[in-house]
Amino acid sequence: MSEVLPPVIVGAGPAGIRAAERLVAAGLRPVVVDEAARWGGQIYRQPPDGGFTRPKTALYGFEAGKADAVHRAMAAIRDRIDYRPRTLVWNCEDGALDLLCDGASETLPFSHMILATGATDRVLPFPGWTLPGVFTLGGSQVALKFQGCAVGRRVAFLGTGPLLYLVAYQYLKAGVEVAGVFDTTPFAAQARATTGMLRDPATLAKGLLFVGWLRAHGVPIHNGIRPVRAEGTERVEALVWRDARGQERRTGCDAVAFGLGLRSETQLADLAGCRFRFDEADRAWLPERDGAGRSSVPGVYLAGDGSGISGADAAELAGERAALGLLEDLGRPVDGKRVKELDGRLARIAAFRRSLSAAFPFPADWADAIADDTMICRCEGVTAGAVREIARSGQAREMNRAKALTRAGMGRCQGRMCSATTAELLSRTLGTGPDGVGRLRAQPPIKPLPVSAGAERREVA
Amino acid sequence: MRERIECDAAIVGGGIVGGSAALFLRQAGLSVTLLERDWCGAKASGVNFGGVRRQGRPLEQLPLSQRAHAIWGRLPELLGTDAEYIRSGHLKLARSETDLESLIAYRERSQGFGLGLEIITGEEFRRRWPALGDRALGGSLCPEDGHANPRLVSPAFARAAAALGAVVREQTPVDRVEKDGDRFVLLSGDALEVRARFLLNTAGAWSRRVAEAFGEPVPLESLHPNMAVTEPLPRFLDVNIGVEGGGVYGRQVPRGNVVVGGGRGFALDADRARPQRDAVLTLMRDAAELFPQLRHAHVIRCWTGVEGYTPDRNPVIGPSRTTPGLFHAFGFSGAGFQIGPGVGQTLAELVTTGETPMPLEPFRIDRFPPTA
Repeated sequence: MSEVLPPVIVGAGPAGIRAAERLVAAGLRPVVVDEAARWGGQIYRQPPDGGFTRPKTALYGFEAGKADAVHRAMAAIRDRIDYRPRTLVWNCEDGALDLLCDGASETLPFSHMILATGATDRVLPFPGWTLPGVFTLGGSQVALKFQGCAVGRRVAFLGTGPLLYLVAYQYLKAGVEVAGVFDTTPFAAQARATTGMLRDPATLAKGLLFVGWLRAHGVPIHNGIRPVRAEGTERVEALVWRDARGQERRTGCDAVAFGLGLRSETQLADLAGCRFRFDEADRAWLPERDGAGRSSVPGVYLAGDGSGISGADAAELAGERAALGLLEDLGRPVDGKRVKELDGRLARIAAFRRSLSAAFPFPADWADAIADDTMICRCEGVTAGAVREIARSGQAREMNRAKALTRAGMGRCQGRMCSATTAELLSRTLGTGPDGVGRLRAQPPIKPLPVSAGAERREVA
Repeated sequence: MRERIECDAAIVGGGIVGGSAALFLRQAGLSVTLLERDWCGAKASGVNFGGVRRQGRPLEQLPLSQRAHAIWGRLPELLGTDAEYIRSGHLKLARSETDLESLIAYRERSQGFGLGLEIITGEEFRRRWPALGDRALGGSLCPEDGHANPRLVSPAFARAAAALGAVVREQTPVDRVEKDGDRFVLLSGDALEVRARFLLNTAGAWSRRVAEAFGEPVPLESLHPNMAVTEPLPRFLDVNIGVEGGGVYGRQVPRGNVVVGGGRGFALDADRARPQRDAVLTLMRDAAELFPQLRHAHVIRCWTGVEGYTPDRNPVIGPSRTTPGLFHAFGFSGAGFQIGPGVGQTLAELVTTGETPMPLEPFRIDRFPPTA
């Protein structure tokens, strides 16, 4: 029975594409469902079709070779897969996915599925973060990569994580004035962690090059800072920040790009019934997976940043590894040597990631500085004070209860954007660890679903 | 060390019935311990559609429903919050002559209960609710019915009871319950023992176990309403809408979101349920048909809950037939929200005075034929 249905892959980023490639090589014809119009995922996102082309070196910089390889891999198998671009998976129920494409809903049954759902920016608010001109780091990068536009003329880069330096570098290369890089990590922590990062000298060298390039172009880099507020009337005019010595300073800019690393998109794994555990390094609840990407649910596999942040290189490997696990579970022959090689490389990347987490630790005290009147859930207009009050009064000791009583996470994003903040505020007010307040239960639809789709149902193809 | 609590009344289940019973018992001066396995008002009481509706109920429920109506009118005074309760009116639509006749017949039958129903049709109907277009011939309006936010109301009853001195224990499942002489003994693991003269079984879909412990099996099944809410939309609907003969129901909150319901979710296990794809899609189709204003809107969230249903769709309310001091109130069959506080007050009355003017005969626990 298990081979009657083609395997389904959700996501056409590096993990999804490498998974598809491996399944095709084994003679299967997977269905690849992707929200974007073109394959590549977020990291290797391609510009829109038609008339607007820029060379890959301009789009992806050092990663141009990898981007090109991933794009080509997908192009090569294009006619041997059932590719569904512009398609949202909005539900997973009883062995089938619900898809939305061109306004119509369709139910796609599966016996085996690889979730390669990727990640989005993790953001914690600060006063003024809702001003026009304040963007996430990932959003700023997408604007550049996809639409070829910058979020401002003079941009301040704020937060932590490798993306901070990468995007600042990309903006500078694109001719945008970079007002500064404002890194929450103390310089000493980064220096210490560098030893561990020597495991992957190429990546380390790249990181150092970004920093060097930025410095060489006169971009001030500030370590150990905390944001105070974004200032402005119509839009952001300055970033006010506190330096490592506690001195308040002000930097003029017309845009702020900020982020604190990435967060996995785990809702489909949740709806599929996967067991979750709290991951200290990612400071998030993640679906459990074994070395091959098997989740706790038979037939459901996890690959890439959607089940723990480990970057694009690891995603490619994990995608292929999950496909091999799937093939093995189908009773197909798999190349044991290749499995070993992938496992080895994934283990090395995992070790490097640990050093990277040490180099860019999550600023746990950031949440304490969010003023009570700062809006933390933009969909529903919930303030930090409302969440703290519901915790302090004893009415909510976990995420779902806080959502029910304050509306935080109840709006269009269903907590995808704000739940990291809610968890920080709740756990710090209650004095539990970040793992002590649970996680929001996923409910369909995982993203807004047009009402009209109810009348537009397609039969299974 | 097992904690021991002695009190007048123990309540199992912190939904709107148990929470309001706790509040009224405290007002009467009794000591109360309320045990809730989850969070108070987090199950059916807190995740229902939010309709505060008397219209359409079986006549035998109307005295309790009227009693509840008076309590709803005093929410801020009782709970310190209005919980977004609005007396918007409840309009039940007739889409055919037959449906209209049945609405008229219901108005006649319910005449003596004080619902103040108005049948509105034709030009007058279209003038008052232009947004509903011509999709209905008319409807029956209960002007003082309305809607509220169940997530806020239901926990607030238990909270108000606690503020008056009730002991409220959440995340406290009752594992064993028995009677020892004239005392009920409730055990929650090894951590807690509650002894009480009176016991209220208000555990919603989970009430059967308590009833069975006292030799009163009830054919209670769990069903799951299916609901969805849209993004905020410009205001077009100022009444809570139902449709004669069932189907979709809807209301628009002041924030602009439109809440619609219809169909059934499915059980993940005994405690959890989820919206079901076919029900969600059918609901969206039907809702857009009833409210064309939704055609270009998005559903941002769907949800469901676990509700206890009886075979005749009437609740079980009243004294145990086997065990003095035990009172039941559960099995509201998807319609317990509005009536809940009236039932809580009645339970408190039964405990404190041994009697109530409310007619409870139709809700006897022993009315069902014995189950195999």
